[in-house]
Amino acid sequence: MTDVTTERTETAPRVRPTAPKRPWTRDRAETLLFKVLRWVVIAFFLVATLFPFYYMVLLSLRTIQQFLLDPANLSFFSKASAGGYTAVLKPASKGGQGFLIFLRNSGIVAILTVLVTLLVSVPGAYAVSRLKFAGHRQVHALFLAVYLFPSILLAIPLFAFFTRLRLRGSLLALVIVYISQTVPVSIYMMRNYFETIPRSLEEAAMVDGASRLVVIWRVSLPLAKPAIMATSLYVFMIAWNEYLFALLFLVEDRAHWTVPLGLALLSGSVEIPTTVLMAGSVILTVPILILFYLTERLLTEGLTSGAEKG
Amino acid sequence: MAGVVTEGVVTEGRRSRRGPLARREARAGLALISPTLIVVLVMVIIPVLWTLMLAFQNVRLINLRQTGLFGNYTLENFTNVLTSPDFVSSLTSTLIYTVGGTIGSIALGLVAALVVRHPFRGRAVVRGAMLLPYISPVVAATFVWEVMLSPQFGITNQIGTKLLGWKRAVPFLSEQTGHLSLFGAHVNVPTAMLTVIAFEAWRYFPFSFLFILARIQAIPGELEEAAKVDGAAPSQRFRHIILPQLSGVIAVLAVLRFIWTFNKFDDVYLLTGGGAGTQVASVRVYELLTSQADVGGAAAQAMVLAAVLMVCLLGYFALLGRRNKEGSA
Repeated sequence: MTDVTTERTETAPRVRPTAPKRPWTRDRAETLLFKVLRWVVIAFFLVATLFPFYYMVLLSLRTIQQFLLDPANLSFFSKASAGGYTAVLKPASKGGQGFLIFLRNSGIVAILTVLVTLLVSVPGAYAVSRLKFAGHRQVHALFLAVYLFPSILLAIPLFAFFTRLRLRGSLLALVIVYISQTVPVSIYMMRNYFETIPRSLEEAAMVDGASRLVVIWRVSLPLAKPAIMATSLYVFMIAWNEYLFALLFLVEDRAHWTVPLGLALLSGSVEIPTTVLMAGSVILTVPILILFYLTERLLTEGLTSGAEKG
Repeated sequence: MAGVVTEGVVTEGRRSRRGPLARREARAGLALISPTLIVVLVMVIIPVLWTLMLAFQNVRLINLRQTGLFGNYTLENFTNVLTSPDFVSSLTSTLIYTVGGTIGSIALGLVAALVVRHPFRGRAVVRGAMLLPYISPVVAATFVWEVMLSPQFGITNQIGTKLLGWKRAVPFLSEQTGHLSLFGAHVNVPTAMLTVIAFEAWRYFPFSFLFILARIQAIPGELEEAAKVDGAAPSQRFRHIILPQLSGVIAVLAVLRFIWTFNKFDDVYLLTGGGAGTQVASVRVYELLTSQADVGGAAAQAMVLAAVLMVCLLGYFALLGRRNKEGSA
């Protein structure tokens, strides 16, 4: 009897260390919960963002018969064919959809937009960040105004204006319109960057007798290269993806359609197989994705610089 | 006397020494900003004023060439717009769409930023994937959604009817009101509107995600460490440490997303064409302009749209200002 009791009292302290060291607190419960939840949420986001694009590529590699027979088949390894791509790229005269011409148009519009936007906004951004001139503080309000008005509101008079000039169907008119949409955001992105370049560098060159323009060209622009690259890409994306103005201006002449316009207009027709248009979607999306992921860090930093200040 | 004179000379000398430089700087500044100003003036300000003029004129697409500065001004367009039975419903859908899309995209962006804020293997890949919806062209994204949601062969309805036991295929983009039975309760849901809002949230959360992530990573780690030592649970740390630090960036995002969603045209137009109860205001302007060829009416509708947006923003800033004042008091 006595032995047993002593054994018990002896074992009791030995048991205690194996019991949970930390009590089951709210902190511990939540930490565990969020640890699990975090991966569930990450998985959810991955599926939500990647699946539509997987589906796009998948369908672009099927024939329409395969797709309609078994629409729920999501396996990548069942009989891929590149037929959709040749059908969508072939010129309309040869029974295709003529996306090659749309690609050319989109390319011309996007590249011209980038060049002219830079030509206008680089000096503008420099002036806003460096030089004191009457009204340099009010420039912001002006830019905000650009985004306050819906593009459809601007579209009405521009539509009328270019109709009068008989320029409405031309790619040039589209470029001019795009510039007005891209210049404000370009200035915003580059201004932040110019402000991080130390003034002393420029002042040193000025003391050496260089003029303002020479200083900009030789000192400021080379330093601002990353920001200029990022801005160019962003502008390229805007011009490449744009739909409303392309629709209003170019709808009448198929030879002038851009890729987004061509895809949107053709997707309304019943005769063109969905899988062929999916190939068109891939063709529209891939150039942007390549450009973006080549330069991702540059771009996201350019866009959000200044957000850290809160 | 002498003192006054020298004082005058000194100030004059200083002014003349500083003057030319400042003036030259001002001149250079104006010269460099002038291309921008010209672009904004010609492509934005004049068009806005022109729209205002068109809104007060009886202009149709056919007589557009003849209308000039001194046309017959009338209030007819505005009375037509404001008394039209579609006006209220269009405005309501615009507001529902805007508020839903804004909240949805910011909430998703916040959650996304919270789950990738700490480094882990494959974080760069996850982060890159999350930007996909935002950078992909809107026409391609809407087309894939359309095919995915198609009632006949879309993958969503395939999975729903074959695996999840849905009784019928759901026409996500063409059904105005759907009936949903949850636990025996029957609810009417605006199917197409919810789909369009979901698209908006899906497509634009990366934008909020980028900004919120940048801000979160600038929060000094010691703050959270200190709270951890004091025994604050993760949810408490989020509520009392992280969220207050993010309020600034979230307020800015709310304004930006509200403006952009309110003015949004292509997403809705490409998904539903404005049908099934999703005729948001900008789609209505487009319809007036193209299918009804009523330029004056479209201009008036667009102006009303801009005015409503302005009122919403003023209200928001007033609210924000009052809250800030209360916070500091």
